[in-house]
Amino acid sequence: MTSATVTAAARFGRAASRVPDVVFRSGSGVLAWVAVGILGLLAALLVANSGQALAKFGISFLTGTTWDPIAGIYGALPFIIGTIASSFIAIVLATPIGLLTAIFLAELAPRRVAIPLTFTIELLAAIPSVVFGLWGVFVLGPFLSRTVEAWIVDTLGWIPIFAGPPFGVGLFTAGVILTLMILPTIVAISRDVITAVPDSQREAMLALGATRWEMITNAVLPYARSGIIGAVILGLGRALGETMAVTMVIGNRPQIPQSIFDSSQTIASQIATTFNEASIGLQTSALIGLGLVLLVITMTLNVIARLLVWRVAGPQGTS
Amino acid sequence: MTGAVIAQPSMAARLTGARVGRRRTVVDRSMRTIAMGAAFLCALPLAAVLFFVAANGLSALSLDLITKPPRALGIGGGAANAVVGTLQMVPLAALIAVPVGVLGAVYIAEFANSRSARVTRFCADVLVGMPSILIGVFVFTFLVLPFKQFNGFAGSVALAVIMIPVVMRTTEESLHLVPNSLREASLALGVPAWRTVLSVVLRTGLPGILTGSMLAIARAMGETAPLLFTALGSRVVNVGDFGRPMDSLPLFIYVNARQPVDALNQQAWGAAFLLLLIVLIINVAVRARSWGRRIG
Amino acid sequence: MTNRASRLASLAFGAIVVIAGCTSPGVTTGPTTGGQASGPPASGGMSQPQVPSGNVTLSGAGATFPALLYQVWIEKFGEAHSNVTVDYQAIGSGGGIKAITQQTVDFGASDAAMKDEEIAALPAGTKILHVPTALGAVVVIFNLAGADGSAIKKLNLDGDTIAGVFLGKITTWNDPAIAALNADVASNLPATPIKVIHRSDGSGTTNAFTTYLATVSSEWKDSVGAGKEVNWPTGDGAPGNDGVSGGVKTADGRIGYVELQYAVVSGLSSAAVKNANGKFVAGSSAGVTAAAEGAVDAFPDDFRAAPIINGPGDDTYPIAAYTYLLLYQDQTDATKGQALTAFLHWALTDGQSEEKAIGYAPLPAPIQQKALEELHRITTGGSPIWPM
Repeated sequence: MTSATVTAAARFGRAASRVPDVVFRSGSGVLAWVAVGILGLLAALLVANSGQALAKFGISFLTGTTWDPIAGIYGALPFIIGTIASSFIAIVLATPIGLLTAIFLAELAPRRVAIPLTFTIELLAAIPSVVFGLWGVFVLGPFLSRTVEAWIVDTLGWIPIFAGPPFGVGLFTAGVILTLMILPTIVAISRDVITAVPDSQREAMLALGATRWEMITNAVLPYARSGIIGAVILGLGRALGETMAVTMVIGNRPQIPQSIFDSSQTIASQIATTFNEASIGLQTSALIGLGLVLLVITMTLNVIARLLVWRVAGPQGTS
Repeated sequence: MTGAVIAQPSMAARLTGARVGRRRTVVDRSMRTIAMGAAFLCALPLAAVLFFVAANGLSALSLDLITKPPRALGIGGGAANAVVGTLQMVPLAALIAVPVGVLGAVYIAEFANSRSARVTRFCADVLVGMPSILIGVFVFTFLVLPFKQFNGFAGSVALAVIMIPVVMRTTEESLHLVPNSLREASLALGVPAWRTVLSVVLRTGLPGILTGSMLAIARAMGETAPLLFTALGSRVVNVGDFGRPMDSLPLFIYVNARQPVDALNQQAWGAAFLLLLIVLIINVAVRARSWGRRIG
Repeated sequence: MTNRASRLASLAFGAIVVIAGCTSPGVTTGPTTGGQASGPPASGGMSQPQVPSGNVTLSGAGATFPALLYQVWIEKFGEAHSNVTVDYQAIGSGGGIKAITQQTVDFGASDAAMKDEEIAALPAGTKILHVPTALGAVVVIFNLAGADGSAIKKLNLDGDTIAGVFLGKITTWNDPAIAALNADVASNLPATPIKVIHRSDGSGTTNAFTTYLATVSSEWKDSVGAGKEVNWPTGDGAPGNDGVSGGVKTADGRIGYVELQYAVVSGLSSAAVKNANGKFVAGSSAGVTAAAEGAVDAFPDDFRAAPIINGPGDDTYPIAAYTYLLLYQDQTDATKGQALTAFLHWALTDGQSEEKAIGYAPLPAPIQQKALEELHRITTGGSPIWPM
């Protein structure tokens, strides 16, 4: 450590003028604000260009159930519901599995099991969305349609929301793929916040005679609760914005789905499939309005989640 | 909170009761087993995706796939347009994003007051979680619409916008890990601040910065949505002309996955295998070093 | 018309096309003499438009309907003129019209002729040309395993049944309406639910198909209507003809509509549709040719023809459509304009002979004539690129 600084001092000698310092500081300062600039511009752009559609429809843009480019009527509700429903399925599936996994990795697993397992789960996050989509179309979809979906339709199909037929394409398949995509987020952040719980909590519980599981549920989880909720919300945020994998398996049907096995459409997939050939003017403005809705939802969730995670794990806690 | 636990009389009474009852043991053992099951369940998807991509893609992997352009019905064709496009757009995106991200993070970590640091960090965090389709719309408005031309440069910029916040955050965290004593020693010796940062701090934090940049590159390689409205994609092999549409591996996979011709589906699997292989190798290589440290 | 008579007619028709081709300006079989300098020659009367020298890249976007044909054309034209590269993005007719309107491409492609509103949206002072290049059939494809497990390869369907399926009224394959038309396989029709796959993008193929449905079903006409995009009562959306055929191919029980060639290359079966004469006709180049012949007189002067639905004739396929290349009459880039004119000329002459082999139908001779004459109207900076 000292040798490096000594060598440096010997080479650089005394400080020269202040100009390079100022240049460097201001130069890097400008670049630092790039992120802020991009975010601001993005928000401003979406607001400005969606003005036409929002002015024309007002609140019925959010509540309208018909998206009809031919008649020029744009109601975003089918996509809002599709987005929320597919993400909701993902959260319902990913939270218990992800939390239990995080508990296992942080509290229960020996190092030589935890390391390769963590490695595997983190790599899941590296798989590109379009590869998930390809796999979803040719492997997961047909598999789900024959097994899980068929079983659910057989046993619970009398409830409208579980009614078939189980085509393998639609909300449910999209939800399952989203589950796989957000699991690494939930696992990683939950594991970090669980690890951040002070040992004194654990020791106190164990000293009172709790079993390991009781220690976890009574001392660790309550302490880490806001962080875990933050992890789930971050996962939710990721699910809401996911585009390619969802577009390839959700069926691209711009109607409100009646059952989880129906085809549907999310905000992101509607933009992805129709933006390039939307007619300039009202239709493009309506699509950008959809983008604005998505922006608002994801930003809000992101902020809430970060605040919750910071409370437990500190501002530098997770990446 | 310890006090709160003890203050609940029923819980204390329950726990300090003579020995651990059978029910509690059963619950403890079974929940721990279930947790283990959940963890191994999480490991399954990666194996499943890898298996099928390899099984279907390996047979399509050939020199033709990488060197031949797409041809009608896929006969005798390949993904050269996609390979060449990715090999151009991703490095250009990195060339833009890495200096901007690193230097920006340098400012936040070294020079900024805490309010600026909080604001820029917050914005970077929000951008990391931004749906990439919105980035595509954003860059479309500035770099495609005014020129009335889909172009590879806009695609690179879109990828750069996705990479910048990732590079910023990982660089900032690496810089925070550099001990202050190094900075102080350098400054005490009369090295100007900018030199200190470049030669001492950055050099020390380099491994972490490289890790962050490589991970950002791997992510950019796999992005499709932001390219849909910027680079658009191209059947023609476009070498060097960033002013015209370019293809990329993810775009190629997206288009060929839905084709009705088996040969083209095969090429999609082959391209997916290639992409997945590169992305996973980058991820494994850069993360392997830090795993041991984090788990302990 | 009897089989023999119709074969004779097709032969005569083909002969007319060949003769017309030989006497019209510029049919060559050998390699074209390459470029002259850019800019139109001073004196009029070339046998065919010149291909410019130097590397030229043309970008085009639009319909997936003719995409399989255009891909072959681009490869063949590129073999004859290696300095010209054509990059065609198949993004749907709607996308093609938008791209040429926004001038982000050199030419657009659409099977649905531009509507008045779309023409009004063009930049002020510009004029668009519709150049017909080919005809195709819209066929109903399906993926169906019979009750005994074997694949069902032939089905007869009529307008009412097709409308019923796409309206969501007929929901299983063993519906009596389908069985009634298919006595030979009726017992093998399974109880599999029908899943409709339609287009998610603005499509000329949709325009032709929904025009047919609106013609044969008043319920469809009142509740859904016709156009490049409609509000589909049921079914999943997929982008492009390729997406629809890919979607139908993925699972059992699915039905969709695509251009004939997509059915061929995907190996999917397509239904025989009942035509105006009451015959069940499968999609084919001959069936489309018959339809086109019957509609030659109705071809409008501004080239914006409607889909040819339920044309007369025993062998006529009831759902056929022209497909167009769209370009501005006045080309701002002289070199690109020359290359484009040369390509279009090749497409209207040499290219026509490729069509039958790939399942499209060549233009009827009178229409081909008109289209070639239209090429003379292409100008750059006010002067024609290919003077008369």
